[in-house]
Amino acid sequence: MELIDQHTKSIMEGCKERARDAGLRFSDETLEYIVTNRDMLELHPKVMIPTLYDYWVHDVELLREKGKYELYPSNPYETVINTRPPISFYNDNNPDWLNVMIFYHVLAHIDFFQNNLYFRHTWEYDLTGKALADKRLIARLRSEHGRWVDYVIEFARAIDNLVGYFDGLSHLFRQDRPPFSKRLDYYFDVFLQEVKGVKTAEYVKEIERYNRCRREVGELCEESFFADVVAKNPEFEAFYLKGTREKKEERLDLLQFLMEHSEFLNQDENLWMKSVLEVIRSTSVYFQPQIRTKIMNEGWASYWHETLFLTDDRIKGHEVDFARVHSGVTCLHRVGLNPYAIGMRLFQQIEEGGDQGRLSLEYQRLADSHARKEFDRATGTGRDVIFAVRENLCDFTFINTYVDQDFVNRHNLFVVGKRLNAERTAWQYYVKSRKAEEYRGMLLESLYHPPRIEVDRAKGGGKTLYLNHLFEGKPLIPDFIANTMLGIEFLWGGPVKLETSEVASAPPREAGAPRGEGEAPKIHWRRHVYTMENRTLSKTLV
Amino acid sequence: MRRSAATPPRNHSIALTLRTIHVSIRSETNMKNEDSKIFKIWDISSLAPGPEGSYTTRIRSLDELLERDRLREEDGFPRKIRIGKLIKPGKGKQEKFVVVPTTVEEKFMHDRAPTPPEEEEPMGGTGDEAEGDILGEQPVRPEQGAGSGTAGHGGGEGHELESSAYDLGRILTERFNLPNLKEKGKKSSLSHYTYDLTDRNRGFGQILEKKQTLKRVIETNIALGNIDDVTNIDTTRLLIDPRDRIFRILSRELEYESQALVFFVRDYSGSMEGKASEVICSQHVLIYSWLLYQFARQVETRFVLHDNDAREVPDFYTYYNLRVAGGTRVAAAYKMVNDIVEQESLAKDYNIYVFHGTDGDDWDTNGEETIPELRRMLTYTNRVGITIAEHNAYGSRGATEVERYLKGSGLLDEKPEFLRMDVMGEDADETRIIDGIKRLIS
Repeated sequence: MELIDQHTKSIMEGCKERARDAGLRFSDETLEYIVTNRDMLELHPKVMIPTLYDYWVHDVELLREKGKYELYPSNPYETVINTRPPISFYNDNNPDWLNVMIFYHVLAHIDFFQNNLYFRHTWEYDLTGKALADKRLIARLRSEHGRWVDYVIEFARAIDNLVGYFDGLSHLFRQDRPPFSKRLDYYFDVFLQEVKGVKTAEYVKEIERYNRCRREVGELCEESFFADVVAKNPEFEAFYLKGTREKKEERLDLLQFLMEHSEFLNQDENLWMKSVLEVIRSTSVYFQPQIRTKIMNEGWASYWHETLFLTDDRIKGHEVDFARVHSGVTCLHRVGLNPYAIGMRLFQQIEEGGDQGRLSLEYQRLADSHARKEFDRATGTGRDVIFAVRENLCDFTFINTYVDQDFVNRHNLFVVGKRLNAERTAWQYYVKSRKAEEYRGMLLESLYHPPRIEVDRAKGGGKTLYLNHLFEGKPLIPDFIANTMLGIEFLWGGPVKLETSEVASAPPREAGAPRGEGEAPKIHWRRHVYTMENRTLSKTLV
Repeated sequence: MRRSAATPPRNHSIALTLRTIHVSIRSETNMKNEDSKIFKIWDISSLAPGPEGSYTTRIRSLDELLERDRLREEDGFPRKIRIGKLIKPGKGKQEKFVVVPTTVEEKFMHDRAPTPPEEEEPMGGTGDEAEGDILGEQPVRPEQGAGSGTAGHGGGEGHELESSAYDLGRILTERFNLPNLKEKGKKSSLSHYTYDLTDRNRGFGQILEKKQTLKRVIETNIALGNIDDVTNIDTTRLLIDPRDRIFRILSRELEYESQALVFFVRDYSGSMEGKASEVICSQHVLIYSWLLYQFARQVETRFVLHDNDAREVPDFYTYYNLRVAGGTRVAAAYKMVNDIVEQESLAKDYNIYVFHGTDGDDWDTNGEETIPELRRMLTYTNRVGITIAEHNAYGSRGATEVERYLKGSGLLDEKPEFLRMDVMGEDADETRIIDGIKRLIS
């Protein structure tokens, strides 16, 4: 692994100038390394962070990668990691023109890392440095506690997808002083809705009353408003005090909860485990935005390497070479999803829409397809719009907002179904739908979305840790439950329960009886509770 | 996967083991160097002594990982490493496969939303077709030989399976506790030498041969007339000539290695179509790998297929892929094996193993032809292992002809050292298949 040579670095610096002129923003310093294929393989399990802590599962993955490489040698053009300064890795032997393209791609990634708000918590620090400290910590602990360190890593990693990433992120944007008093929040958010259970009309009337009060009395409005409230509901004050006392506890994710409340972890001889948990948790939180912005990030990079490459004077004569590589990366597959392709085309369409003023209510309300086609207000704000999109959205909001029928029609997209043809004993691929709604649904379905699992202290009652899986229409992977809970039991030091939903076996259909057209089979869901105690798993119906 | 230069065959001389240990230490140093090359820019601690150098931070090889997995069990946690095979399909010798470890990091994760059994989750696509148009289709069961990733699909490299098959054999032996072999005939190897302290030399050398030296001293002193009465020697009067001292010195020794010849015999009649064939082929690949390891690669293979008649085929690929729809006569295959061994006088130079896989059908209902051939076979083989992959359709177990006449012949009880039979369902999984190997060879 070595730094790129001066000649190549000067190409990079040239790319930076042009990218900045086009509006991309990123730090001055960047590091670029040439790596061998072998280095790439070794870095792969460590999410390309050379200083990430050692862990045996990485070795297993490495051996598998090497096996795969032996059969199918292949490698990515580049990889960028979100550090300070940003580091990128390249294969050697790229011609200069290809480097121009790859560097633009990389710079767009860096721009994305440094400006997208979902990465807000990663903006200020250097992960490689922190990872190195963590790696040394874990190495030291291993020399003291042997393989038990790896068990703790394993058990912590088993729940590191449940980290409270959004909770943490929301803190970063929170204003110091809330715009409304706690009492007011409690009254409208909890008391009226949960305690009194008032009807919507009444709720709106109360808001009305508050607003009027505010207009009339100004600063002193709250006092007089609550005077009336108490007159009407004498119990309010007591509820308020009780309610705010209970609310004091922060919502902790499972790892934080264990670190704070597990008696086992808080015994003197086990305190070292908490530092392992902290390493796992913070590493996981760091990588959460990556997985949630894959389509946007790759689309953004593809958009910019295309845009900037074609206007770059240094690559004259290599347009065809470029076209070949570029289309290989960003083509729409006949069957299957390519995040690069979808992301890039969405950005292009949004920019075009912005330029023509189509991102407006006026356009949205047009029903006439001809009028829609002809619509152009020549506002020319496309660039501004896509820069705002790259700053504020993640994959979910990106797709949910911008994948519309225009997009689906324009690129001839459809949802591919796969069904069994019993007569021919074959799977058939067919065009299932060309509706934007279904296409969007299919895209959203493919996004990363870990289950929401919360600690229920009331149900646990001290000794037992009670986990509640909030039902979102999907069961958990049943095979993974046992080992995950085994780990939690270890870290908690006592029995663990998990409440979750599973599909109850439906009554069998009459053999050979055809299902009615479009009639979906009914799914019956049931709540189950899994219990892990003394390393054995049992299951009961709620 | 990482290919180490050599792995210690278990049952050879100490000198050989020492040599291989040396090799493995060397390769480990290589790895360390390569690692530090990657880390050196980042990891300043690699320059300084510290916790970095401790053993557990540098686990790399498959063996170490498997050892760690064994310790997990001792610590009361389930094992986590599985041995997987990656396969790149190809014809004949083109087919490649590597053995890799795999593991799953279990987490609470969403499963797929339940879909009707005839439908799979939708995906994206692009093109001009109208809704409902069919884009293409794919057979539910992949083409035979396409390499779908089970063991049975992997072996197609004829007589020279790659080192990965050897690794697979080692893993089978160690991980699944398959037994080690007792050896029969040995044959001198022309290419392998070992260095051992075997020659004797007067005057200088590595190890003093005390008894021989004493003999010489006595002889010399008798010649000198220092010893009058051999029953009463006064050792203080003995003269010792430096040339009387006898040492052992290091010398090159030809190595004797045992060799195995394995006959794989498979029923390829019409009834074997599908699962039964897959089970048998999976098992035969594993057995081959195991023998390859046990005999330190000194294994030769012959492949015999039979329906009504028997034929020999040149490599595993053909052995695995051929299928016909004829009837079944086991005796034809056994006779062919016997004839080959006799005509080529193989019995004196080889440990001979015969593994036969069938679904248990035989037109020779009572084994009238088969049993005599089997008796003849048992006179020279180390082991005959018969696997019956029963069709599920048969209902009650033990209903196949082969099983019935084998039991009836009494040979299974008469010669348990040489003949084994195992009956499994045609949907047996890999664990059951490996279990079957244990029954055949333990």
